Formats: sequence, C-alpha cells, structure tokens
Amino acid sequence: MGRKLLFDKAHIENIRYYDVYRANGGYGSAEKALKSMTPDQVLDEVKKSGLRGRGGAGFPTGMKWSFIAKPEGVPRYLVCNADESEPGTFKDRYLMEFIPHLLIEGLLISSYTLGANTCYIYIRGEYAWIPDILEEAIADAKKNGWLGKNIMGSGFDLEIYVQRGAGAYICGEETALIESLEGKRGNPRIKPPFPAVKGLYDCPTVVNNVETLATVVPILRIGGEEYAKYGTGKSTGTKLISACGNINKPGVYEIEMNISVEEFIYSDEYCGGIANGKRLKACIPGGSSVPILPANLLLKTAKGEPRMMTYESLADGGFATGTMLGSGGFIVLDEDQCIVKNTLTFARFYHHESCGQCSPCREGTGWMERVLKNIENGKGKMSDIDLLWDIQRKIEGNTICPLGDAAAWPVAAAIRHFRDEFEWHVLHPEEAQKRNFGLAHYADPLEIAAPAAV
Amino acid sequence: MAEEQKLFKVKIDGITVEVAPGTTILNAARQIGGDIVPPAMCYYSKLQGSGGKCRTCLVKVSKGSEADPRPMPKLVASCRTTVMDGMEVANITSPEVLEARKGVVEFLLLNHPLDCPVCDQAGECHLQDLGYEHGAEATRYEFKRRTFDKVDLGDKIQLHMTRCILCYRCVFTADQVAGNREHGVLGRGEHAEISTYLSKNLSSPFIGNVIDVCPVGALTDKTFRFKNRVWFLKPVNAHRDCDNPKCCGKTVLWMRGDEVFRVTARKDKYGEVEDFICDTCRFDKKEAKDWVIEGPRKIERQSVISANHYVGVNKPKDTLVEVLDGRQPKLLMDIHSISQVNRPNIDLSQIEGPAHSDDFNK
Amino acid sequence: MFSEEKLNKVKEIIARYPQGRQKSALIPVLHLAQGEFGGWLSTETMDYVASLLQIKPIEVYEVATFYSMFNLQPVGKHVFEVCQTGPCMLRGSDNIIDYIKKKLDIGVGETTKDGLFTLKAVECLGACGYAPMMQLGKHYKEHLTPEKVDAIIEECRANAN
Ligand SMILES: Cc1cc2nc3c(=O)[nH]c(=O)nc-3n(C[C@H](O)[C@H](O)[C@H](O)COP(=O)(O)O)c2cc1C
Ligand code: SF4
Ligand code: SF4
Ligand code: SF4
Ligand code: FES
Repeated sequence: MGRKLLFDKAHIENIRYYDVYRANGGYGSAEKALKSMTPDQVLDEVKKSGLRGRGGAGFPTGMKWSFIAKPEGVPRYLVCNADESEPGTFKDRYLMEFIPHLLIEGLLISSYTLGANTCYIYIRGEYAWIPDILEEAIADAKKNGWLGKNIMGSGFDLEIYVQRGAGAYICGEETALIESLEGKRGNPRIKPPFPAVKGLYDCPTVVNNVETLATVVPILRIGGEEYAKYGTGKSTGTKLISACGNINKPGVYEIEMNISVEEFIYSDEYCGGIANGKRLKACIPGGSSVPILPANLLLKTAKGEPRMMTYESLADGGFATGTMLGSGGFIVLDEDQCIVKNTLTFARFYHHESCGQCSPCREGTGWMERVLKNIENGKGKMSDIDLLWDIQRKIEGNTICPLGDAAAWPVAAAIRHFRDEFEWHVLHPEEAQKRNFGLAHYADPLEIAAPAAV
Repeated sequence: MAEEQKLFKVKIDGITVEVAPGTTILNAARQIGGDIVPPAMCYYSKLQGSGGKCRTCLVKVSKGSEADPRPMPKLVASCRTTVMDGMEVANITSPEVLEARKGVVEFLLLNHPLDCPVCDQAGECHLQDLGYEHGAEATRYEFKRRTFDKVDLGDKIQLHMTRCILCYRCVFTADQVAGNREHGVLGRGEHAEISTYLSKNLSSPFIGNVIDVCPVGALTDKTFRFKNRVWFLKPVNAHRDCDNPKCCGKTVLWMRGDEVFRVTARKDKYGEVEDFICDTCRFDKKEAKDWVIEGPRKIERQSVISANHYVGVNKPKDTLVEVLDGRQPKLLMDIHSISQVNRPNIDLSQIEGPAHSDDFNK
Repeated sequence: MFSEEKLNKVKEIIARYPQGRQKSALIPVLHLAQGEFGGWLSTETMDYVASLLQIKPIEVYEVATFYSMFNLQPVGKHVFEVCQTGPCMLRGSDNIIDYIKKKLDIGVGETTKDGLFTLKAVECLGACGYAPMMQLGKHYKEHLTPEKVDAIIEECRANAN
C-alpha cells in the first residue's frame, strides 16, 4: 500500500463530522501553527515541503504565498478554488464531501500564514449539496473555537464563507473566479496586476486549489522536510488522482509520486486495469486540457524509460512526446474508443466554456468544433486536418487567459499522435460511421510508432 | 530641486524612443508613429480598463529589459503591457507577429458580414482597414455566419450586432462617460452580444458617444439624414457654445454644400475622439447656422475618406429627398463596383447630385 | 417578492462581504430567486434582485446570461441534465441520452407536453468517475443505466402526483 497523507484517515467512519475528525488528531496542525509558530515559520515549512499547486499549473505554493503584497491597513484574502470543472477531475469534490474538516483546517493554517482574516471557498454551482456540508463543518469548527475572533487565544481572527458559482468552467481561472466572486461575469482579468497585488476587491489575494490547501495540514503535522521525502525529486508528497474512463475501478486515489503510470493503471490498488478485458489505447493523464498520449508513449518515455506519475516524468519529451500531470484528471481510453469523437467532445466543451472576451478563443473554439464535427460525421476533407492544426496554432499563446491554450492543446495532440485516425475518418467516411479505427499501432513498441510529424 | 523623472528607453522595430515609466508599448509606438504602430481595435486611451481583448496589437518582446533581458515567452498585447527600461519590441519586423495578427484578423472576420459596400461605416471602419492591410484574400470558414437583426436603441442609435467585434468600448463609454449604463455584453463565448436585454431606449445625454468609439459599423447614428457615403461628405471643424458643462462643443460637421448630414466628435489619427460631445450637439444641431465653422478638417488617417477630393464646394441645387419627390432614397449606385476603388482622380464636386457608379466607370 | 425569511437570508449573504460590496451577493441571490420563483429568472425577478442589491438591472442581466445554471426561460419541473463530455461519452452517455429521448419522446433541449420533464445535454459536471451521469435538481444521479433512468422517471412522476 502506498503511503497516504490526505486520505490516511478517510476510511474512518463519520470522519466528516467534527468530533470524529478531532478525536483522530484533527486540528492538531492548526493548534501547532497557532500556538507555537509565527506565520513566517509556517511559510518556511510550506516552502521546505516543495508543495506545488494542485489546481493544474503546479506552481510552488510557498513561493506564491511569499509574493503576497502587505500594504499597511489593507485586508488580504485567501480564496479557495473549488470550481473543479476540468473534464476528468473530481478529486476536490471527494475531499470536500468526505473530509470537509481537513479543508477547513488547511484554510485556517493558510489564512494565518497569509494574514487573511476572510476566506472564501468558491465552489462550482453544480456541486449544489456540498455547500451544506461545508457550512455545517464551518459552523462546527466555529462552535469549537477554530473560527471567529481570537482563535485559540492567538489573537488571530478568521471567517470562512462558501460562495456558489453558477455554471462556468472559466471561473476556475483565478482572475475570472475573483470577478465572479465580485458578482460579475467570469471574464478573466488582464494580467498584470496579479492577484497577489490586486485581487479580490483590489486587495492582495491568494487563490489556491482545495487539495493544495488541504495538503498544508499534513505538511505541518510531519514537517516540511519530512513531507519532501515523499515522492520523487521536485514532485514531492502525494497527489490526488481522479481516474475515469475505461478502467475497472474509476475513483479518486491518493498516490505517492513515486509510482509508474503502468502500476497506476494496472495494479489492483488503483485503476485495476482496463475494463472488459480490453487493451489500452490512449490516455489523458491530467485533465482534458493536457495532451493525449497513445499507449506506447504513455507507459514509456521516448527515451524508453518507464513513465512515472510525477510532474517531470509526465512532461518528459515536451509536447512532442510528453504531456502534463495537470490537475490529475486521469482519463483512460480503451481500444474501442474513437479519438476523433473524444477530441470533438473536448472542443465542444471549450467552445461552450469560452468567456468570449478575446477574439481567437471566442471565434476559434467554435470553428474547431465545427470542423471536427464534420470529420466525425463523415463530411470531412483532408485539408480540414491541416486547417484544424492551423486554427489551434493561431489560438495558442494569443489569448488573454490559458483557456485558449487549453482548447488548442487537445486538438494539437490528437492530430500529432493520431493523424492516421483522422485521415481514415476522411477517407472512409461511411465505414467510420459504423466502426472505430481501433487500437492500430498505438500500443506497439516505441521504435515502430514514431509520432506522425506535423 | 524637483527630481527629473527618469525616462525609459525602448526600441520598437529598431527605432528607439524615450518614454515615461508606465507607458504602454502601444503608446510608445504611437510616439514614434508611422507603420510600426500596432493596430488597436479595442484599446481606447480615454476609456479606463479598455484593451487587451481583440488581440490585434500583439507584439513580440525580444528583450524584456536592461535588468532582465530575457524575451517574453508569448506575444503580448501592446496596449496593456507597460515598457521597461531597455526593452526591445518587434512589431512589423517579426514574421511571428504578422502571422499571429493575420490569424486574429481572420478570427475577427470569421462571423463578420462581408458587406462593407452597404455598411454605414464603410470608409471610416477600422476593421475594413485592418482586413485590407493584414487579412487573407479569402475566408476559410465554411459554416453559417452568426447573424442578428438590427435593433434600435431608441430613436437615435442603431445597433447592428452582426458587425460588432465585442471590443467593449461602448460598455466602458456608457459606464465612464455617459453614466447610467443600460446596455452591456450579454451571453457567453460565441453567443456574447451587445444588448439591453429588453430593447430599451438608451437615455443618458452622453450616450451618443458610443457611436464614435465603435470601431465598426455596429453602432450607428440614425439621425444621419440619409445614407450618404461618408466619402461624399466634407468634414469641417466647428464649435458652438454648448450649455452642457461636460460637453466641449467642439465637433466635426459632415457636410455636403451647406447641409449638415452628421455631427461627430473630433477624432485623431488613431480614430480616438479628442473629447466627448453631448447628444444635443450630436443629434439636434443639424443646421449650419447652429455652428461656428472653423474650416476643413484634415483627415490624417489613411482611409477612404482621405481620398475624398473636394476641390471647390458647389452647393447642390436640391437635397436628395426633394429630387426624389419626397421619397427616401434607396441605394443609388452599384456600390460594389466602387467601394474599394474610390478613384481619387474623380472630383466629386464636379458631379451633379449624388455620385453614381457610372461616374466612376468613365 | 421574497418572504421575510428569504429577505433575512439575503441580508445574511450580503453581510459576508465588506461594506459596499453587496454586488458580490448577486450570484447567491440569483440562485435563491430562481429557486423561489418557478425555476427561472424573469425580467421582473432580475429587476427585483437588482433593486435588492442596489445595482443596475443591466448588471444583473449580464451575469444571469453568462452562467449556464440560470434559466432565462421556464423549464420543466424535472430537468435532466445529462453530461456528454469526453469521460462520460467514453462510458456511454450517448446511449443514455438516446434512451431518454425515446422514452420521453422529446429532443435535447425540449420539454415534455405535460411540462414535467426537460432534457438537456450538458458539459462536464465533475463526476467523471461515476459516469454516465446526470444532474437532477440539486443532486447527481450516477452510474446511469436504462433501468436506472426508468426508475428515476417513475420517481419523478410519483412525486408529481
Ligand atoms: C480555464 C482554467 C480553468 C481552471 N480551473 C481550475 C479549477 O477548476 N480548479 C483549480 O483549482 N484551478 C483551476 N485553474 C487554475 C487556477 O487558475 C489557479 O492556477 C489555481 O487555482 C491556483 O491554485 P494552486 O496553485 O493551488 O494550483 C484553472 C485555470 C484555467 C486557466
Ligand atoms: S482565452 Fe477564452 S476564456 Fe480566456 S479570456 Fe479569452 S475568450 Fe475568455
Ligand atoms: S463594420 Fe467595417 S468591415 Fe464590417 S461591414 Fe461595415 S465597413 Fe465593412
Ligand atoms: S458595439 Fe461597437 S463599440 Fe460596442 S462592443 Fe461592439 S464593436 Fe465595440
Ligand atoms: S488593442 Fe490591444 S488587444 Fe485590442
């Protein structure tokens, strides 16, 4: 069994209630921080832990916290990003539903470190039942002296509020989230200024993912240095992976970042192999935005080394032969799946979710969807494949926020690695309506399957 | 002794300029002027928070600053990126920028009707100029274009959303200049549109300025007495003693003979108004006697308007409506054949009545 | 108009934000209003919310039209929002949508004649591991099969009577 830091007590019955959580050592880290450490000492531990943001970008959390501006007399805010809308990702939901106090404790320690007296949890609107769970946990924490004024005699005050979104993936982007929290449309802001300087209500603000903030609890429990001993290299600690698609055991797993992708997919401890005895065709290991990889490149890097479940190893080879750990939304495709169809659903998703502020994303995402729909429905032309490539290239890097890139990458990667499948769709439009291209050579040993050059 | 403010040195397409800290790349380029100025469709210096959206002004920062010479990893919106000392920027000297800009223009035109010949804005449209300078010859878009019906925002302003590029300028104008904003951007993504939600009249006494800030033919002046092509009109500077204290009273009258067809604010060479004007000046003062005429306005922007060759102004004998026995004129010419050509060698003042395509085919 | 109790709830929500930032309450209050006034937001409802928060009506329209959870038109009593994005598609969401279409004799985006059911195909709801799934009101129905869909429809019908 892999070592666990977040879910180590998840199996305990009723751990979602305050009494059980507390009886099992809960709020111990908060107690330690508030009673015996200065904010700077806490920050030091987080820095030493090597914790990287779990929301997708993987930015070192300690460093992010040290950027927060501290002008005299201006309040600071901590905002917990619980928007969780990236297709394939459902880990934060699990954490909030089953161990809400772990998050509340993490928010308390983090707010203390940042000097924020108000903290908002921005949760996607569709998770309509979770605010009740969180609000109950907040009320219980408050009743027991962990929130409110002068917490545990430390002189530190904190209020936590839950804010529901209303259906917009883009509000996961931190500046769009802030706009939404201010009661506006979720249009991402143009940066700079960054939220650390001018965020919510123009005050210094830190936005972190649910898992990131919850992880602060075990870091304080075992110490930053000890935490850094988990995992591999710069991928320290454990990571929640939400696994879905054609596997035997979809679900949320906490892994230590030292196992291989192969172990994660095939071992009984995690995904339990491909469902229905099928074979692995492809995988999108970090949520819909990251590049899809064919089986051969997924299990081994281009250098022939086993690919590991770490930030570095998954990114090995860059976009040419690698991908990203992203948010940990691990989507597995078996041999019966159609890459064109899958890419189409993602293109439709980004088209639906574009805020519409900047022209390349507003116009380009819909264009890609329409071209892909033609190919999928047997109305595609060979030139459409190059057209798609060109559209995604003109979106990528030219937009206000990374949603443009997130829309471009899945299309680019699908064409890069599965161009022959696209071509087959165009050349055999009728057949493509009846059957799939199949596994083809995508699982062949690497030497044979050089990625199609584009 | 007041300390002299240290200026930042920036090099844009090889030309060095010194600007105050806090200046954007775009404004630094405007200080240099000429071809190296990036096109800007959404930025408007007089509107706070504008810019960053259309992406036509993207440039490459090949050197971040003297202190940190690393190039910026992506192209940046020059209208929203401030200069650093020692920064080096490539605009028209960067093939990457030109390629990206061509892409942006294609995106902007994707759902745009290709009907400049019948559009009120033709001749003074920034998108038309942009498409001409940076666009591809043909569209690769094979799908149905998004269209909207024209709607009246009251009796003075018409909105033709099909032509809108969502620059948000009119929204900022309503917030910052007119006050009491009643229209905005509704819907999301591709479905975003400028609207009042419930076809309301816009009522602020400064709302007419949205017409001037709109870079395309989405917001137009309904009181423009008949659909005359702007290049048949002669712009003159004029002013009046406006009793609205917030109005500068300085305008441009678009005239033919003694007749005032349209009143607008004065625009600089980047299409920005020098100062905003009130709706009384714009919509209600349509007689030459309402104004003190200062003289012909120099149009600096390179556009179809500046190709206008009025040599001597001859007053036409009758207004068009009179000529047509009171009927409102329809389109009088096959404008397709002339809209892009607009022969500068033809002296419009020598033509009797409104020009006809025949006049250009001679 | 909200009841006394709901008005207190609105006050409580506004109190979460600093003075003068009551606009932050807009999305929560719109949720409240949609729940209270028939499952959708009429212009009157939105104008009412604007007056409660002392903001311009256009600010409410801008927001209400941006977020996909706000209905600007009346919807059926039970809205089936079936996820159709990649992870659900891989697990057969298309079949579930087809099944519901046949069973209720409506297309995607349509409401049954009795006004009881509306079918929507929506994008990822964050339940990819429990696919195929749909949202029904406040809750998620996961691991859908035709039999499960039948049971859900029966249950909704029973509730209606
Ligand atoms: C389009 C888009 C959607 C995003 N969605 C989420 C999200 O749902 N949850 C999240 O935690 N971060 C999301 N992010 C990342 C956030 O912008 C931000 O980087 C993150 O909340 C920072 O937290 P971390 O440092 O703890 O990862 C998204 C980013 C983009 C560009
Ligand atoms: S990239 Fe897309 S989502 Fe991001 S600001 Fe531009 S239009 Fe909006
Ligand atoms: S808005 Fe400009 S580009 Fe569009 S039709 Fe009118 S003149 Fe042409
Ligand atoms: S109507 Fe004109 S000014 Fe307003 S957003 Fe559209 S293009 Fe810009
Ligand atoms: S002018 Fe800079 S992005 Fe539009």
